[in-house]
Amino acid sequence: MTHAAATVDQMRPPYPAERGLDVYNTKLGMWVFLASEVMFFAALIGTYVILRFGAPGEWARPGIVLNIKITAFNTFLLICSSVSMVKAYAAIQDGDPKKMRFWLLLTILGGASFVGIQVYEYIHLIEHGFVPSGVREGSELAELVAKGTLPAATMGLYGSTFFTMTGFHGFHVTCGVISMTYLYLTKALPGKYSKADYGGIETVGLYWHFVDLVWIILFTIVYLI
Amino acid sequence: MTTVAATSHPAPAHHDDRSFIRKYVFSTDHKIIGIQFLFVSLFFLLVGGLLAMQMRWQLGFPGKPMPGGGILPETMAPGGVILPEYYIQLLTMHGTFMVFFAIMPLLVGVYANFLIPLKIGTHDMAFPRINMWSFWSFFAAGLVMLSSLFVPDGAARAGWTMYAPLSARHDLSGASFGQELWSVSIILVGLSSILGSLNYITTIINNRAPGMTWFRMPLSVWSLFITAILGLLALPVLSGAAIMLLFDQIIGTHFFDPAAGGQAILWQHLFWFFGHPEVYILILPAMGMVSDIIANGSRKPIFGYHSMVFAIVAIAFLGWIVWGHHMFVSGMNPTLGSSFMVSTLVIAVPSAVKTFNWMGTMWRGNIKFTVPMLNAVAFVAMFVIGGLSGIFMAATPVDMQIHDTYFIVAHLHYVLFGGSLFALFAAIPYWYPKMFGRMMSERWGKVHFWLTFIFYNCTFFPMHITGMAGEMRRLYDPNQYLFLQPYQPIRVFISISAFLLFATQIIFFVNFWWSLKRGKPSGLNPWQDNGLEWTLPSPAPHGNWERVPTVYRGPYEFSSPQVPEDYLPQTRKLPGDREPAAVSAARH
Repeated sequence: MTHAAATVDQMRPPYPAERGLDVYNTKLGMWVFLASEVMFFAALIGTYVILRFGAPGEWARPGIVLNIKITAFNTFLLICSSVSMVKAYAAIQDGDPKKMRFWLLLTILGGASFVGIQVYEYIHLIEHGFVPSGVREGSELAELVAKGTLPAATMGLYGSTFFTMTGFHGFHVTCGVISMTYLYLTKALPGKYSKADYGGIETVGLYWHFVDLVWIILFTIVYLI
Repeated sequence: MTTVAATSHPAPAHHDDRSFIRKYVFSTDHKIIGIQFLFVSLFFLLVGGLLAMQMRWQLGFPGKPMPGGGILPETMAPGGVILPEYYIQLLTMHGTFMVFFAIMPLLVGVYANFLIPLKIGTHDMAFPRINMWSFWSFFAAGLVMLSSLFVPDGAARAGWTMYAPLSARHDLSGASFGQELWSVSIILVGLSSILGSLNYITTIINNRAPGMTWFRMPLSVWSLFITAILGLLALPVLSGAAIMLLFDQIIGTHFFDPAAGGQAILWQHLFWFFGHPEVYILILPAMGMVSDIIANGSRKPIFGYHSMVFAIVAIAFLGWIVWGHHMFVSGMNPTLGSSFMVSTLVIAVPSAVKTFNWMGTMWRGNIKFTVPMLNAVAFVAMFVIGGLSGIFMAATPVDMQIHDTYFIVAHLHYVLFGGSLFALFAAIPYWYPKMFGRMMSERWGKVHFWLTFIFYNCTFFPMHITGMAGEMRRLYDPNQYLFLQPYQPIRVFISISAFLLFATQIIFFVNFWWSLKRGKPSGLNPWQDNGLEWTLPSPAPHGNWERVPTVYRGPYEFSSPQVPEDYLPQTRKLPGDREPAAVSAARH
């Protein structure tokens, strides 16, 4: 691919064509893809809402099972990585690839740390006896259920919805980190992005903000209420 | 991520030095991908048909050894007699194969891929590589589903709708690995559809040739565009549901298991929230292609082009708010049921608009009964029957009586076989020349059409009668009920008609394969049509056009007084036609 010849056209719809939307294909494709992602998470979150409000008994308070503090920090980290993504985008729009590389690397580190902390959280939860099927027999949490601190009837649903929703969000973050690393190594480092062509940064940025937004919703409904 | 560059520097047409693997196996050419979908989904159509034949044997001749059934293992049919455990697998896999691996890919996978770039005038899809992935994930899904027929405890056993908790708990269904393979395969199908849809939507919005305005697009492209939107938004819901089902099956979650607080009805809501848009994914492309073929066969402009477009949009929108009509007997609040009933009945309005427009198109036309036209007219007729029986079951009080009976089976086959499949029997010979450069045999096409039309009606019409009589749709042997015994002669009649219907399809398959090598060479424009694809050589070359064509008018200018011929191609410039804005902008 000769990027010397690739000029301003990279950021425009293909030409000559009947006027479509005034955005280039990858960006439009990403918006369309995000629409389907919205429906995917709507299915998972809708399921959670229906199961929680139709549950045969009280729902466990999140503070007892989950470590909210560490996840609050994780949320902060993810929001910061969205900010650094915007900084990377703004930098390349101004034609400063060096600054863009710095902010992109920071975003990758933020995303990777988020995944790392989530894995740590999962290991911790499973050790305490919180698993997708509910509460493991003979674990620390099983004692709490026996004492009545945690409701026995809904712990199964709690585990099912918690691990499915946060797990798929974690999967999406991982995909984002991999794509950004790929772009960093193949496009950003060799200096292929310029003021005239930064489509990859903008598109992956859209995805990254979407993943961040989903997390804010998940954090609120799973950890806070 | 390299697709930005790929779209602004299209591969030059007529210059093709790709290796065999890149050309025919891991191809990124939308036409090859369409043809790959065609071969694979025709194979699955055959598989689905074979499964149906075994069911019809059991229903027509219960307890008798099936001819050739000796090759089946003891766990399915000892001595050729079909076991109940095998029968439920047959009906599950017949539905699954036909919906997800035959009709849906035949309509969307084949014709969205093949037609969209050709009909809107562009070199290829917006994201050719994503397009390739769409095919290969479909292929993987098909292999997974097919392999589930051969695992030790058999394929999935909960019907194609996979109602929980039967599907979610292995101790209830008696199948474990087969059930899990079903879920995995459906997740892959969802992925394939989403990748395809985002491609179709982006391509249609951004890559139309100069002059191809929204309301100059053929109705086939309009319907595929709206279908892509439905697929994009409906399939992720199915994927999400299938993922939760898979988790219930393998890691012990409790989403759909009422014994542990889950909700079985939740599966039905998720499934039909996807499932009703899916119904329109299976019929809208058929409607669009039939509109093209009927205008061509009547040599008249399509009647009410704009109302056709708005009817497609209206059907697609209403399709999102009617899913509850599949669940009238699931224990729903009757008030909610009424609202689902009303929204469902409203769909009859845009459907009727389309039907009357097709008739208005044919009215006083110079009709040429070619094979595509015959099948397209049959589509309209059969869709009317299927649509009218749909109104019966949309009405809650009537549905209470006929729910889960053969009346439903008759209805869904009238819209899926009588509708979608007849539209495909019209579309396949119609665009065959552009795919392979040859015509399918017209004479054998007509023989195939008439025999199919007769045997099809003999097979499915009597099901209305047994359904009204109360025959349940998933019964292994209806004769175990005294009140269903008198209908056994009808079941025998249906079974024999079904065998003949299946045998008739051999004509189609032989015609299809024979014509690949020996068919009459077709030339550029065998149907004397106006669409952009007919300005290309047959088969169309890689990259389609050297330079994208310029479009001056809509696709349905048949029998125009402006020209001596009875057709007027979209690309032909007449004195007084203005250059499209995109072209004049390029000059300056």
